[in-house]
Amino acid sequence: MKGWMGKTKALLLFTMLSLFLTACGKENLTALVPKGYGAESSMNLIILTTLIMVGVFVVVMIIYVIALVRFRRKKGQEDFIPKQVEGNHTLETVWTIIPIVLVLIMGVPTVIATFDLADTSNASENINIEVTGNQYWWHFNYDGEEIVTSQDLYIPTGERVYLNMQSSDVIHSFWVPSISGKMDVSPENVNTMYIEAFEEGVYWGKCAELCGPSHSLMDFKVIAVSPEEYDQWLSDMQAVDPEQEPQDTVAQEGKELFEANNCMACHAIGSSPAATGPNLTNFGDRTTIAGILEPTKENLIDWIMDPESIKPGNKMTGAYPSVSEEEANSIAEYLLQLKPSEITPESAGN
Amino acid sequence: MSNAATQKRAFSAVLWDYLTTVDHKKVGILYLMGGGFFFLLGGLEALIIRIQLIKPENDFITAGLYNEMITMHGTTMIFLAATPLLFGLMNYIMPLQIGARDVAFPFLNALGFWLFFSGGILLNCSWFLGGAPDAGWTAYAPLSIQSPGHGTDFYVMGLQLSGAGTLMSGINFLVTIVAMRAPGMTYMRMPLFTWTTFVTSVLTLFAFPALTVGLFLLMFDRMFGSAFFDVALGGNSVIWQHLFWIFGHPEVYILILPVFGVFSEVLPTFSKKRLFGYSAMVFATFLIAFLGFMVWAHHMFTVGLGPVANSIFAVATMAIAVPTGIKIFNWLFTMWGGSIVINSAMLWALAFIPSFTIGGMTGVMLGSNVADYQYHDSYFVVAHFHYVIVGGVVFGLFAACHYWWPKMFGRILHEGMGKLAFWTFFIGFHLTFFIQHFLGLMGMPRRYWVFLENQGLDTGNLISTIGAFFMTIGTIVFLINIVYTAVKGEKAPADPWDARTLEWTIPSPPPFYNFKQMPLVRGLDPLWIEKTEGNGKMTPAEPLDEIHMPNGSILPLIMTAGFFIASFGFIYQTDHKAWLIALYAGMAIAIGCMVIRSLKDDLGFHISKEELEREAD
Amino acid sequence: MSHDHSLNPKTMPEDPSKATMEGKHKFLGLWFFLGGETVLFACFFGTYLALRNSTAGGPTSQDLFGLDLVFLMTVLLLTSSLTSVYAIYHMKNNDFKKMMLWLGITALLGIGFLACEIYEFAHYIHDYGFTFRSSAFGSAFYTLVGFHGGHVIFGLSWLITLMVRNAKRGLNLYNAPKFNTFALYWHFIDVVWVFIFTVVYLMGMVS
Repeated sequence: MKGWMGKTKALLLFTMLSLFLTACGKENLTALVPKGYGAESSMNLIILTTLIMVGVFVVVMIIYVIALVRFRRKKGQEDFIPKQVEGNHTLETVWTIIPIVLVLIMGVPTVIATFDLADTSNASENINIEVTGNQYWWHFNYDGEEIVTSQDLYIPTGERVYLNMQSSDVIHSFWVPSISGKMDVSPENVNTMYIEAFEEGVYWGKCAELCGPSHSLMDFKVIAVSPEEYDQWLSDMQAVDPEQEPQDTVAQEGKELFEANNCMACHAIGSSPAATGPNLTNFGDRTTIAGILEPTKENLIDWIMDPESIKPGNKMTGAYPSVSEEEANSIAEYLLQLKPSEITPESAGN
Repeated sequence: MSNAATQKRAFSAVLWDYLTTVDHKKVGILYLMGGGFFFLLGGLEALIIRIQLIKPENDFITAGLYNEMITMHGTTMIFLAATPLLFGLMNYIMPLQIGARDVAFPFLNALGFWLFFSGGILLNCSWFLGGAPDAGWTAYAPLSIQSPGHGTDFYVMGLQLSGAGTLMSGINFLVTIVAMRAPGMTYMRMPLFTWTTFVTSVLTLFAFPALTVGLFLLMFDRMFGSAFFDVALGGNSVIWQHLFWIFGHPEVYILILPVFGVFSEVLPTFSKKRLFGYSAMVFATFLIAFLGFMVWAHHMFTVGLGPVANSIFAVATMAIAVPTGIKIFNWLFTMWGGSIVINSAMLWALAFIPSFTIGGMTGVMLGSNVADYQYHDSYFVVAHFHYVIVGGVVFGLFAACHYWWPKMFGRILHEGMGKLAFWTFFIGFHLTFFIQHFLGLMGMPRRYWVFLENQGLDTGNLISTIGAFFMTIGTIVFLINIVYTAVKGEKAPADPWDARTLEWTIPSPPPFYNFKQMPLVRGLDPLWIEKTEGNGKMTPAEPLDEIHMPNGSILPLIMTAGFFIASFGFIYQTDHKAWLIALYAGMAIAIGCMVIRSLKDDLGFHISKEELEREAD
Repeated sequence: MSHDHSLNPKTMPEDPSKATMEGKHKFLGLWFFLGGETVLFACFFGTYLALRNSTAGGPTSQDLFGLDLVFLMTVLLLTSSLTSVYAIYHMKNNDFKKMMLWLGITALLGIGFLACEIYEFAHYIHDYGFTFRSSAFGSAFYTLVGFHGGHVIFGLSWLITLMVRNAKRGLNLYNAPKFNTFALYWHFIDVVWVFIFTVVYLMGMVS
């Protein structure tokens, strides 16, 4: 009996929890289930301000409803002239003072959290990553590590990672809702913010400043792995030999095509800091193609053959002569076998 | 002038009358028509946006067109719908409320309207000439600099024209209120709508020049190769953001303060009670306006201005809640102890209180900058400003329409249709926007052409789109109501609502000289005072005498046409230098009109005493 | 209210420019307008201050500015403001001829100022290759100073139109407010120049 009850309780709890989570949106995307330092700071203030504001709203609504019900004109009252009240100093003082107090209650923790999140004095002792926003992809350059990636940003859990962000074209905004609030990535100066993920996971990132037609397709991922896995990933990435021949013959052909079509003019494989196009060193491990598509070969072929239909306004369209489906297949084969590290998004748990 | 007589006149005569009018009431109606037209246009754009977002990865419209849609929806609604609709109301009602026969500068008033209207038309010409602007209504550089085609050029010139018109109206209202109040109408006896018109005009005067400068910089960068926002030559795009928001935040108050005025008229009238805490309301209006200039950077919390700037602007932003709270409670206590009549006008006012309170609360929440790092540029912000602008401004416009329609057009809007429009729009509004708070926090940034599958955003977006259709139905019912009322509506007496202020002391619609004799104002709510003392009408402050009126003129329209042509010259001279001819020709027409205006004496005309005596009351 | 607005010593009010409703409105309206203009110039000044060191390798303010010419310009414009005060003084004394004389001098000084400014710009462009397009500093400089110059041109056109139109009509209650509002506008232009002189030229030469 007890066990049954317990099971029901657990089931109920589980249902409630999953319901709550659906209501809060997709895990690892929603800001409502914070999994990082910045997101938690924001969430604390969201909760505080929401509670105070809902309190105010309830007071307003109580007065409102009572006034409407009690003082609505009833039949036979058409000639009733209410007392013409000018005002009431006590009441007016009360509803001036109380909001001031409420503003202080919200203001003080806001200011404290602002300075906390803006504190970059320890940046030099931590991991620093140079982030470049481009129409419509993200470039990540790990300071002092000679590692460059794009779209997927690997970080260790439980550590502050400092991002020094600048744009190469228009203003973008770096937002990983589950881990941290956003900061603009602008062309004229470097903005620094830090992120810290509490637990392993693959977190959705989005561009939050209108940057052109494909603004809504500028997604990226933050992949938080354990510090040990992160170190492993670093050394795997550093050991990459860009010249390494693939074993598969189709992929070998793809590599030749990749070079013959001058893809290298924009896309580096290896640690080249050049950022004309996304770095493809660990392309085979990427969670997505072009930030939005499932990482399948079919999708990659589609992308190579007609990127414009997938990301309007991207800079890859027209930058190379058209390729046949067969050629695209070979290139896709080559790119998808670029898996330099044992540490992949799967290592992050989900 | 009765309605029947108007109908008998030839259409061309009416048209000519409106094209040359300098009468504040006709200019007001022109503003309402122009603003109404653009409101429908902006609404259509909104509907297209919502249809695109009805399901994930929808392809109803292309990405480029979507960006044009959001840009034009925002720009149209703010600059071409909300602002002119309010300016139309202020134009019509404010002089009546202070007992004036016109505004201080009738000629400028007409010019202001035509500039606004031509600016709106110019902006919308872009749809047919290679694509509308697509950098958002905020037109952030460098995206707006890089935006291809002429879309953004139309944005720059269109807003420059309509902005100039708005600025002129602002100055006009200020001088009118300062210098043309009826005898006895002291500042602290002015109706709240007049007060908010005054404060709004102050905001217009000090905020619009910032936009003018921003637009000049954008124009120079795009059309004449300057380097304000060109990073390679040392430019800095954050300057645009500052200028835009130094204008943009007060603009929000330019929109909301007049409707605060509307509600401060509607609530007392239908509660049969004077406004609770009148002087506190006036003070709060000023405080909101003042703080409104101190908080622009809360639109830029994520720009990286540093913790000191962010903290200051955060606390200043939250502080605006204090005067706004004063207003909400004063409205509640105006109703308290009253005798509340609920009709269409009052329904909109009653719906405003909870809706706007939600918008204000999310405003305070956004003011907490650390929380804003999550809200910023997400659907939470979209929800917030629609709660303020639809739940505040649009509700206020509907309330004002129902309230003043009898005064303006001599007929009372149909109650049944009024209530139907209200309920569909009200339900649709909350359905559309409440869920968007959560969509934002669930990770949906604003201005997204598509949202991807499997991100938990489907249901919310579907509900939101359904709500948009409800709002559409509400608007259509309101339009039908207008047509029905024009044809079959109940005729309105001078004071259909048993109201309190001066506009209700004259016939509906008012004669073109408004007041045959200046009324003597003996306190706040002058008509109410006379009613409670059993007089029922105003005591005249002067003997019946001839009235001096301004002449109509076609010059405002021609001058505007000149600027309109010149704008095309500015836009297209980057393609071909031959367009400079249009530029010079247009400017020549405009300047020529100014010179004519300056050289030709315009002394106006007088309505004789006899004529006034002949006119039946 | 009389329909005859012409003035003779008997009908002369104390201040003909504010004797009519229209006159008062114009004066008040212009004051408000100047409030807006202040914001306009404040924004241009702000932009200039933000960009004055963004020379993109081109000439800097120290390379360009010389005090002699700018000092002469300042003297011309300040004096023209003073002469417009004399003109309004004579207007209030109903001395139309003297008013026109002083307004004429005001116009000449304004034209002198403008000539200097055109020379200055031409000098920068030809001798330094410093243009509107060279750098963000160039854009900001020409925009700020150019907008002020544009205001001077507008003021001069306004003044000359007024003088030509009323040359043979004498002073009346209809045109007196027009002269008066012009004078107020002209003072404003002068005040803006004082700020330009300080912020652009003096500060530009030190830092």
